[in-house]
Amino acid sequence: MAEVRIVKELDDVVIRFSGDSGDGMQLAGNMFSNISATLGNDISTFPDYPADIRAPQGSLSGVSGFQVHVGSKKVFTPGDKCDVLVAMNPAALKMQYKYCKRQSVIIIDTDSFSKRDLEKAKFSLNNPFEELGIQNEVIEAAITTMCKESLKDSGLDNKSILRTKNMFALGLVCWLYDRDVKIGEKLIREKFAKKPEVADANVKVLYDGYNYGANTHASISMGCRIPCRMQKAKGRYMDINGNKATAYGFIAAAEKANLPLYLGSYPITPATDILHELAKHKSLGVKTVQCEDEIAGCASAVGASFAGNLAITTTSGPGVCLKSEAMNLAVITELPLVIVNVQRGGPSTGLPTKSEQTDLLQALYGRNGESPMPVIAAMSPTDCFDAAYTAAKIALEHMTPVVLLTDAYIANGSGAWKLPNIAEYPAICPPYVKEEMKESWAPYQRNSDTLARYWAVPGTEGFMHRIGGLEKDNATGVISTEPENHQLMTQLRAAKVAKIADSLPKQEIEGHEDADLLIVGFGGTYGHLHSAMESLNAKGKKVALMHLKYINPLPHGVEEILRRHKKVVVAEQNMGQLAGYLRMKVEGVHLHQYNQVNGQPFVEEELIEAFTKILEE
Amino acid sequence: MSTITYTPEDFKFGQPRWCPGCGDHAFLNSFYKALAEIGVPPHQTAVISGIGCSSRLPYYMNTYGMHTIHGRAAAISTGVKVANPELTIWQVSGDGDALAIGGNHFIHCIRRNVDINIILLNNRIYGLTKGQYSPTSPRGFVSKTSPYGTVEDPFYPAELCFGARGRFFARCAAIDGGPTVDVLKAASKHKGTSVIEVLQNCVIFNDGTHNAVAKKEDRLQNAIYVEHGKPLLFGKDNEFGLMQEGFGLKVVKLGENGITEKDILIHDAHCQDNTLQLKLALMQGPEFPIALGVIRDVEAPTYDEALNAQLEEVSQKKKYHNFSELLDTNDTWTVE
Repeated sequence: MAEVRIVKELDDVVIRFSGDSGDGMQLAGNMFSNISATLGNDISTFPDYPADIRAPQGSLSGVSGFQVHVGSKKVFTPGDKCDVLVAMNPAALKMQYKYCKRQSVIIIDTDSFSKRDLEKAKFSLNNPFEELGIQNEVIEAAITTMCKESLKDSGLDNKSILRTKNMFALGLVCWLYDRDVKIGEKLIREKFAKKPEVADANVKVLYDGYNYGANTHASISMGCRIPCRMQKAKGRYMDINGNKATAYGFIAAAEKANLPLYLGSYPITPATDILHELAKHKSLGVKTVQCEDEIAGCASAVGASFAGNLAITTTSGPGVCLKSEAMNLAVITELPLVIVNVQRGGPSTGLPTKSEQTDLLQALYGRNGESPMPVIAAMSPTDCFDAAYTAAKIALEHMTPVVLLTDAYIANGSGAWKLPNIAEYPAICPPYVKEEMKESWAPYQRNSDTLARYWAVPGTEGFMHRIGGLEKDNATGVISTEPENHQLMTQLRAAKVAKIADSLPKQEIEGHEDADLLIVGFGGTYGHLHSAMESLNAKGKKVALMHLKYINPLPHGVEEILRRHKKVVVAEQNMGQLAGYLRMKVEGVHLHQYNQVNGQPFVEEELIEAFTKILEE
Repeated sequence: MSTITYTPEDFKFGQPRWCPGCGDHAFLNSFYKALAEIGVPPHQTAVISGIGCSSRLPYYMNTYGMHTIHGRAAAISTGVKVANPELTIWQVSGDGDALAIGGNHFIHCIRRNVDINIILLNNRIYGLTKGQYSPTSPRGFVSKTSPYGTVEDPFYPAELCFGARGRFFARCAAIDGGPTVDVLKAASKHKGTSVIEVLQNCVIFNDGTHNAVAKKEDRLQNAIYVEHGKPLLFGKDNEFGLMQEGFGLKVVKLGENGITEKDILIHDAHCQDNTLQLKLALMQGPEFPIALGVIRDVEAPTYDEALNAQLEEVSQKKKYHNFSELLDTNDTWTVE
């Protein structure tokens, strides 16, 4: 029998899987994004974990969500709102409905909407849709019942059967968006390779969900397809989140520099996953030390750097407060070190699981004395890899601590990442002392191009030396309080960091060449700002984006770009820290500001509205 | 180990700038001597310090050295040792550096048993900031910040070390050259964190704090040199000894009440149970002699060795050994 199915082509779609923490929504979401990516779509994902470790089942605080944005062309964000919301229980419906558009389709498991379930989610009426005023199309599927029925002869216990519900939902969504469910089957068989009976059950339920959609046409008007309008570069891809990409960047840099990687760290949300990731890879010689506190995390890394490793420390803003003393020791001893700050909401303990860009000035200036330090801000989950690699390269080649800023949003979010071939990455060549320097060498003798001092690693014969937190004589390396010497050393440390600009790519802009409005941003907001810029240009506006990855030193070209545009808006998730910094660096420019400090990602629609207003002023 | 022999001169660098008469001078000379006898080449030696008078010491060493930040020397030394286990690490701290601002790093370094030697120069005062009480100053101590006397009890470094599961604790008087060299050599031989408390006089701000052990003849009376396997005897003619009594120790005189040398406790620095070692370490005058020498010295796995052994062990089990192989461990898809 030939099926008649109206299939509409879409540019992009946003799907939000939500349910109880134990419902496997992260897995379903991940698989949907992998299936779509395999089909050639671009993806951007954002997991939204509950703040509580183990919230009661069915409770509002236990809702776990996973949003994936699938595009026929490149997508830059996980999307503001979703086209499909999968809500496995009433709590999920209640907590996640706010991410729905008016025309969003909602999929629920009717078996999880009993009176008891509604009570747990604190609904007062028997009809949750009425109570929330939901008028969307709803696919009501008895998912639990169907899974039980399907697997009654599988030999699996009830608990294991219930754990397949997520695959039913996935199958249904695959039907809705015309995804090849066979790819899903392959992913399941890989994941449960060691438990074939579990794999079989999940595969069966996946097809059940898909067929359920096909058989019932899921009481929905039409199916949709997301074609591939942009050929992605050929090659192998994986889905990677920002924290993992950061860890991978350092592993790659250490291998390239031929140095052991040392991480001194202390658990802190949302940075801990970098420590988790690196702690796994002992077969790559990665040394991780979970220290007694943040201070020791950084201090031990300074020690490891002195001893000749690629040393890093990872934390979030509150941890940087504690590390800044040891970071400054690395400034004056001129030792390579990377400090990763996965920014979260502040001040103080603030909003540990939420995202902000409020530590920019802390990174730039949060230390005593004149303490210049390069600052790099990763722009997306996948860019964390390149940013970490580059941070390590700059630290090692210029003999300086480097701050790498990421944030909770890109650290937890993920995207499709083309596996890098690190043979093609630039070499990392630290300025080691050479045998012939032995006679005349002193600790602060510098390379004339970079002004970096030469690195004499303990254990090397003939280069015994002493460094430390007290100012040293530029020529002899002994303690010096001479006024002229301190002036000189202060200037040299500043010039050394400023010179890094020569090795950075010239700043570029995207969008309209002759823009009426230049948007300026930095770090993890790239996706939203880029999308807003493209939308405005699609509407016939003339807008450009200058997104900064390198903040100190600023790349060449920034001043010229800022001066050339009549209207400039600096959009950032803080109260204007980048705007203030740019005003100091580029005197006399007038900058509009767009500031949001609510712990949430930018919303594209709100950006468009605000930028349009500035354009019309 | 290298076959080259070293002299104290090989380890000297620069001109010490401590006050004339400071106990640090005497200690430094013993340190040079000990390093020469230990024989680790200067380029394989790193001396790491925190902040304070005594923490200037790395500047006078012809080794690799780092004068770091206040209190953090133990953490920094941990990083140095883990990163490069081949190096011999000497950490130099004062009582304020190690036990006040650096207390956390001190106890955790000992707990982990990182193979470094911690020299704790204890003068019971803050000297560099010109005379404030320290965490080892006795209750009631009058200083610039305690003009009416402190109202807090001090730490006993040994008690803190033992509380952190310390495996090596030794004590010496800075002025007492030979025994200082001996405990430094024993510390260097010990694998794991060694804590050496050096009783050191600050001539300017706390002169006489260790008077009981400042002169040789007084030490014979007021101190006991403990040595593993030897009876705990002291006094000019070894006429006194230590015996166990109830839960504690007591000083006895040989010949009195029929006590002979056979009744005297034999020192056991290698005993895993630290009860009696702690009793020895906490002895104070005037009832008791101050214990000098190696009080505790027991073997245990060291952190840096275990960490590096684990790298080896996991490396043999895992199938990926470079970045490209690491990438292959992930779920991937191919765009053709």
